[in-house]
Amino acid sequence: MSPDALSMAGAPQRDFDPQLVPVCARGLTKRYSEVLAVDRLDLTVPPGAVFGFLGPNGAGKTTTLRMLLGLIMPSAGSALLFGRDPIREGARALAGVAGFVEAPRFYPYLSGRRNLEMMAALDGNTSARARIDELLELVALSGAAKQRVGGYSHGMGQRLGIAAALLREPRLLILDEPTTGLDPGGIRDMRELILRLSAEGITILLSSHQLSEVQEICREVAIIRRGRIVYTGAIAQLHGGPDRAYRLQTSDNARAAELIGAQGAAQLLESEDGELRISATQAQVGELSLALGSAGIALYLLAPLQATLEDLFFSLTEDDDDARPALSIGGAGADQGRVGL
Amino acid sequence: MSTLGRQATVEPATARPAPTAAGSWRSARLRSLIAWELRKLRAQKRTYLGLGLAILPPAVFVIFWNLHQGPHRAQNVFAREITRTGLAMPVLMLLFESFLLLPIIAALVAGDIFAAEDGNGTLKTILTRSAQRGQIFSAKAITALLYTIAAVYLASAVATAAGVASWGFNSVKTLSGTFVSAPRALLLIVAADACYLIPLLALAAIGLMLSVATRNSAAAVLATVAAPIVLLIVGQIPGLEGTHPYLLTEQFQAWQGLMRTPTDWGPVAHSAWVCALYGLPALAIAYLTFLRRDVAGG
Repeated sequence: MSPDALSMAGAPQRDFDPQLVPVCARGLTKRYSEVLAVDRLDLTVPPGAVFGFLGPNGAGKTTTLRMLLGLIMPSAGSALLFGRDPIREGARALAGVAGFVEAPRFYPYLSGRRNLEMMAALDGNTSARARIDELLELVALSGAAKQRVGGYSHGMGQRLGIAAALLREPRLLILDEPTTGLDPGGIRDMRELILRLSAEGITILLSSHQLSEVQEICREVAIIRRGRIVYTGAIAQLHGGPDRAYRLQTSDNARAAELIGAQGAAQLLESEDGELRISATQAQVGELSLALGSAGIALYLLAPLQATLEDLFFSLTEDDDDARPALSIGGAGADQGRVGL
Repeated sequence: MSTLGRQATVEPATARPAPTAAGSWRSARLRSLIAWELRKLRAQKRTYLGLGLAILPPAVFVIFWNLHQGPHRAQNVFAREITRTGLAMPVLMLLFESFLLLPIIAALVAGDIFAAEDGNGTLKTILTRSAQRGQIFSAKAITALLYTIAAVYLASAVATAAGVASWGFNSVKTLSGTFVSAPRALLLIVAADACYLIPLLALAAIGLMLSVATRNSAAAVLATVAAPIVLLIVGQIPGLEGTHPYLLTEQFQAWQGLMRTPTDWGPVAHSAWVCALYGLPALAIAYLTFLRRDVAGG
C-alpha cells in the first residue's frame, strides 16, 4: 500500500491562536524544475512540544526547514512562525526563533567567542558578553572560546551552534540532525540538553532521520516521505493506539473465530498457521479471554502483535515495492490512519 | 530561574525601538554590521595580500631607483620629475597601477565578500539572525567599497611618503607644463585618487554582482579581474574606436584632467556618468539577487 494512501493528512489539525503556534505550514511546496522536493506539506507544531520531524535522507526535511526559516522561497503555500511569515517579513518574522539547518556553520578564522559576539551583533544585542560566557559554559566550550572555529571538532561546532541559537533566547528552536557526527557521549549530552531546554518551555522542532533519536525525545512526530507528510501525530499513537493487533491461539480456533464474530467487540483480521489475528482494545481482550474460558475453549496464546516503531517507520518511508502487508492500528471511524506493517 | 529560561521574561533579541528612533536604530545596526564585516576582513589573509600588493610597488620602486643611480630617460612627465620632487611618485604609481594592480586588489574583496559566505556555508547562519537581508547586503557592499578606497589611499600614502623621503616635498610640474606648489600638489593627488576611485568602485560593484551571482569566490574574483582586461582588448580592436569613450578602462585615466592647468573637468564628469552606467545597475542586480535568492547550500 502506498504511504501516500496511508497519509494522516485527513486528521484534523488542532486550532491555536496563530500568534502562539510556533510553526504552522500549509500547502508548503518547493519545486526545483522537474524535482518536487516538498509537496503540499501541512505541519503544525504546538507550543511547548518537542516535535520530531522524521524522514529518510532526501525526503525533504531540510528543504522544509529552510522554507520555514525564510532561506528559500516556497513554490507555493505558506509557513508562519508564531503567526509571522519569514518570506514576506524577512528576519523580523524570526523573532523568538533560532536554530540551524544541516550543520551549524561559523567563520573558521574567528574564535568561538568572536563568532558568538558577531551573532549577537546581527541580533542587535549589544550587551551579550555575560550571556555568551554563560552559554559557552553551558555547552562546555569555555576552554576553547578563544580558539579559532576552524580548529574545532564536529561536535564542538554542533555545540557552538546550540550556543548561537540560545543566544537569541528563543521560544522555538529548530534543530536539524543535531546529533549527526557526535560520539555516543556527545549524543547523550545533546539529548539531555534538548530535554532540559524543553523543560524550560522552549518549543523544539527536531529534524532527524534517526528514529531512535526521535523516539527517545519526542512525543509527537511528523513523518515525511518524498516531500509529503505521511503521518503526523503522537508517537504512542503510531506505535499502537487504543486498538492493537493480537495473536490468538486456542484449542479450537474455528469456534473462537465464531465467538469473536458473535461477540462483535474485537475484530477478526485473519486466520493463518493455526493462529488468529484480531484487533481489539485492552478491555475487549479481557472480555474475550473470559468469553473463551466460559465457552470451554482453552487459551494457548493471547499476545500483542508487536509492530516496532522502526517497522512502522520503514513501512511509511520505504518504496511501495518494499512495503509489507497492511495492518490496521486504528479503530473504525477514528482519526488514525492505516499504516503498513 | 535557570539561565535557559530567560526567554520568558526578557525582551526578544529583535525587540525594536519606537518608530521615532527607528532611523537611528537602523543606522546604528548598519554601523555595527559594517564594523563586523571590517573585523572579518582584518582576520583574513587575503585582506593583507591586497594591501601588500598596494604598497609593495611604490616601496620597491623607490628602493630600486635609489639603488640604481644612473641616468633615467623617462618619457612621462612625472617620471622625469621623480628625482626633483617626491610628490611625483604617487602620481606615477597611480599611472602604473590603475589598469591592473588596483583592479585586482578591488576584485580580491568585492568578488569574495558574498561568495565566501556561500563557500563557508555561513550565509544561512547570518540570514537566520535578526538582520534583514538588505542590511546585510548594505554592510557587505559598503565594506568592500571602503576596502577599495582604503587600498587606493594606502598605496598613494606609501608612494607619497617614500617619494618625499627620497626626493623632497617640492612643487610639481603638471601635464600642462606649469608648476603647482607642493601643498596644492598634495591636494591634487588626493583629488586624483578620488577621481580614479570612480571607475574602480564601478568595477568593485561589478565584482559584488559576480560574487552574489556566481556564489563562487574564485570565479567571481577572476571574472572581475578579467573584466578590465577584456575591455582593454576591446579598446584595441580596429573599428570599435567609437566605443572607447564608454569603456570602463578608459575612465581609469580621467583623473589626469586634474593634473592640468587649468583643471580639465570634462573627462572627470564624463567618467562619473559612464561609471554610473556600469556600477549602479551592477549594484542593483546584486542587491535584488541577494534579496530574492534561495540559500540552499552550506
